[in-house]
Parts: sequence; C-alpha cells; structure tokens
Amino acid sequence: MTTTTTTAAPSPSAAAQPVTDATRHRWGIAVWLSVGWLVVLALAAVFADVLPLYDPADTRAGIPLSIPTSQNWLGTDQLGRDLLSRTIYGARVSLVVGLAAVVLSSLVGGAIGVLAGYLQRRVEAVSLFTADVLMAFPSFLLAASIVAFTDSRGLLTVVLVIALLYLGPTIRIVRATTLSYANREFVTAARSLGATPGRIIRREIVPNVVPTTLSLAIVAIAGAIVAEGGLAYLNLSVAPPTPTWGSMIAAGKPKIDQSLYPVLVPGLALFLTVLALTLIGDAIQKRQGRNLGAI
Amino acid sequence: MSRRILRLLAVLVAVTAASFSMVSLLPGDTVTAVLGERASEEDRALAREELHLDDPLPVRYARWVGGAVTGDLGISYRTRQPVAEALGQRIGVTLELVLLSQLIALALAIPMAVLGALRPGSWLDRTLSGTQLAMLATPTFLVAIALVAVFAVKLGWFATTGYVPISDGLFANLKSLLLPSLALALEQVALYARVLRTDLIATFDQDFIWHARAKGNSTARIVWRHAMRPSSIGLVTLGGITFGRMIGGTVLVETIFALPGLGRFTIDAINNRDFMALQGAVVVMTVGFVVLNLLADLLHGVIDPRIRAQRMAAR
Repeated sequence: MTTTTTTAAPSPSAAAQPVTDATRHRWGIAVWLSVGWLVVLALAAVFADVLPLYDPADTRAGIPLSIPTSQNWLGTDQLGRDLLSRTIYGARVSLVVGLAAVVLSSLVGGAIGVLAGYLQRRVEAVSLFTADVLMAFPSFLLAASIVAFTDSRGLLTVVLVIALLYLGPTIRIVRATTLSYANREFVTAARSLGATPGRIIRREIVPNVVPTTLSLAIVAIAGAIVAEGGLAYLNLSVAPPTPTWGSMIAAGKPKIDQSLYPVLVPGLALFLTVLALTLIGDAIQKRQGRNLGAI
Repeated sequence: MSRRILRLLAVLVAVTAASFSMVSLLPGDTVTAVLGERASEEDRALAREELHLDDPLPVRYARWVGGAVTGDLGISYRTRQPVAEALGQRIGVTLELVLLSQLIALALAIPMAVLGALRPGSWLDRTLSGTQLAMLATPTFLVAIALVAVFAVKLGWFATTGYVPISDGLFANLKSLLLPSLALALEQVALYARVLRTDLIATFDQDFIWHARAKGNSTARIVWRHAMRPSSIGLVTLGGITFGRMIGGTVLVETIFALPGLGRFTIDAINNRDFMALQGAVVVMTVGFVVLNLLADLLHGVIDPRIRAQRMAAR
C-alpha cells in the first residue's frame, strides 16, 4: 500500500542474494526449450491459415470427443472439432492479448512511473495514489465487469481491460526504479552540464530503467495470458466462434468424465506457455543479479 | 499512523466512487437489466423513480455512502434482498476458503524455503526452486480442474462440486473445501517459499546468526529461534497483499467448485447487472484488501523490534 512495502522490503535481501556461476551466465536447457516452445507456438499461430489444419469451427473434423488419431492428432472436442487446430488458433488470442496488454501498460504505466520518479513532488503523489486505487480495486472483477457491461467482447476490449490490471504495479515498479537512478552521479553530471529534464529522462533514465523492468514485463505477459484464460473461462473474453484456450477448457470441463483431451490440450498449451515465459523472465532476472521472489 | 489511515480512507472513497460511476458511465440500461426488455413505460418510470436513477451521479453516490457507513448497502436489483445481508451469507464461505488455502500454503512453503535456504545452490535447492517455478506457471483455474479430474472424477474421493456448511459437521465441511483451497494454495506456496528463502539466506549471513552458531546452537534451533522471525517480514507483507487480493480472487475457483462465496456472488451480480450487489461486493473486497495491508504493516513492528526502533527514531 505504501512505498515502503513495495520498494524497501526486497532491497536488503536482493543485495545479499548470492550469485553463483551456474545461474549467472549460462542459460540452461530449460530456458532454451522455453524459447523454442514460444517460437514454435508463435509461428504456428501466425501461419495457422496456411498450415494443413482443419477449420477450427468445422464440426465434421472427426467423431466428437475422439482420442488422438491419425486424422485428429490431438483428438476432438464435444462437437467434433479438431483440438490441434483450435489450440493453434486459440494461441493467437492468448499471444496477442498477452503481448499487447503488457506493451500498452508498460508504455502508459512506464511513462507515468518515470515522470513520477523523476519529477517527484505532486506528480509523484498523484501517480502513486492512482496506483494505490488501481491496486486496491479487485482487479480481475474490474476486468470482468468492464467486459460484461460494455458487452463488447472484441480483442481490443480484452487487451484494454487486461492492460488496466497491470497499470498500477507498473507505475509503482517503474517509479521505484527511476528513483534509484534519479540521484546517481551520472544524472547529476548531466544536469550540471545543462541537460534539460526531457533529455535526462530520455538519455539517462529510460535506458537504465528499461532493462531492469524488462524481465518483469516478460513475467507480466505470462500473467496477462492467465488473466485472459480466466476471463475466457467465464465467457468474458473474445466472443465465439474464435477459439480461446480458456473457453475451450470451460467447454470441455462438463464432459471431463468422458474425455480428458478437450481440457488437457488447451490446458497444457496454457501451462507450457506460461511456464516458458516464467522461466525466461526468471533467467533474465538472475542474470541481472536479482531474484524474482523478492519482488 | 493517522496519515496512513487517512490515505487508506481516501483510497477507499476513490475506489467506491470509481466503481459507482463506472457502471453509470458504461453503456447498458439498468432498468432493462432489472425489468427485462418488455417492461411497460410506466413500470420503467416507476423503477427509475424507485432506484433514484434520475438523480445526478454525485447525489446518488452520496446517498449510497450515507447508507454504507451505517451498514446499509442498498437492496439488490435482482433478488430484492438487502445487499449487506446477502454478502453476510456469502463472505463466510470465501473467508473459510481463503484461510484454509493460506494455511496449506504456509505449511508447504515454510519447509520448502528452509530446506532451500540452508544450502543455496544445492541440488535440493534447485529442485525446489524448479518445482516452485512450475507451481507459479500453473494457472489456479487449471489446477482446480486438474484436481477435479483426478480426485473427484477418476478416484471419486470427493464430490465434484458443492459446499457443505459447517452446521452439517466440520469434517464434511472441510472435505468440501479441501480441493478448492488446495487449488488456491499452489501458487501461494511458490510465492511464499521464494520470498522466505531469499530473506532467510540474507539473515543467515548476519552477525547474530554467526554468534548463535559459535555458541554451539543446533541448526534447527538457529532456524526456528533466531532466523525465522527477522526473515518473515517479506512473507508478512506478501501475505497481507495476497490474502487481501484473494478475497476478490476466488471467482474462478468458486465457479469451478460451485461454492456459494463472494466471488460467485460478484460474478453473478456482474452478469445480471445487479449494480447494487456489485457495488457492495466491491466495497467488502476493497476494505478487506486495505485493512489486511495495514495489518501486515503493523505486524512488521511486532515481529522485528528493530523496525519499531527505526520508526520511533524517524518521528
């Protein structure tokens, strides 16, 4: 709630975090597998239209609730639609929402956070209060109610509401990071050489803040993808017929005693994607000598 | 301290005002939501009158606040039940669920953190860290469905859904909440264990620990008697935040297990455009979040006298 809880708590422990050689420089096989999974998934999502896949809405792709066969590699759902195809098309929603929401909240929240941390005084007070309000709001329900009330279940609405979830934390973290650079020697030096505040922010602050917050942004993408999955599970994300992982899981759940695949396939895709992003974010953070658990 | 409380009150006012105006500004007609599409013009006018929908927004908000401070959260548009009463019936389920999940989370996280922190970088530490990352990466609603699939559908040990009130026996009640709270706990285990591990490692390196070790104390005694207390500050902060957050974050789990809790109540209110009910739920959740954060902050001083001394000196 206050500055101290978010900024002061991690600092003593982060400084004392031992840095071992194994974690410091080399990325393990798990991280490379993660990168591989994300690349394959992204390529499949981008080129889904030209890949030899069934139409994701085609109910004649196979026998309903079929197990994996040579026709339907990952089985079919309760309407006989191909799960592989639906999962790949569903990846489009997940990836676009995750990326776009975090980029948006990083740009807006980042700008506010840098200004708050550098200009301080009133700008800082107002931004921190805004962040407090945003974070005190039951965020997932805020997103759910906006989607429900506007009744617009397009991609843009979903991106906007999920970006809103990350605005508060982004403002706080970027402000705290900016603050830690604002009075460093190189900034003072630039100022005494006559650099304008705008130039200092652009040339001195931002280049330092961006790498520090990048790993958090990657972990935030994972969180945004999960949030979209949750909204979709409640039928509050992108409207059908567009398949999403969350809505596929919701549709498969009532028939879980007859076939596991309609839940398992999109669930596994969601799990692997989030795990991959978490591992990559964690690895970047370790390389920077900080610990994810401390934030 | 009084400044803290003033600030929290300001946050509370801002959140409720924001949610109050949000519903009014967003498209969609409340009267249609209450009466349906085919209501006559007279009925509509009557409803508008009764719900004071024609008053300006600040007036309506002021009226609502006036009621809220005396415990009157208005009447549900849908069910005609007083919102405070409906929330009272629901909040117990959610609180029990959250409390149980936090207990499970701590019971798993503390041993994991200690084992990892005793030998950082060892194979055990790395295995535990890896497990925690996997736990972090598993969305709660997915865990919930997996638990249903395995323990309810496959093994048949639990009912797939439903809530047994405590009046029907404590055992049956806990049994109906075990899978949902386990689902909620998993992510918390990872978060708590990671924070505590980092703080423990930092504490183990401090002089008073070396001193205790030099006096010949056993490792177990050093961990529990000396290191745990100063290392739990981060855990308490995080606990306050997550506990508060979870009061509003149990929607999916309550939906999956058909539990009549606050989250389910809220999502029903959202889907029915039952604005008064939604507003009431938002208040309860926000108050819970804000108060728990404050409590966590106050606990810091209780846990670590050094923080108390710093605060005194700062005055």
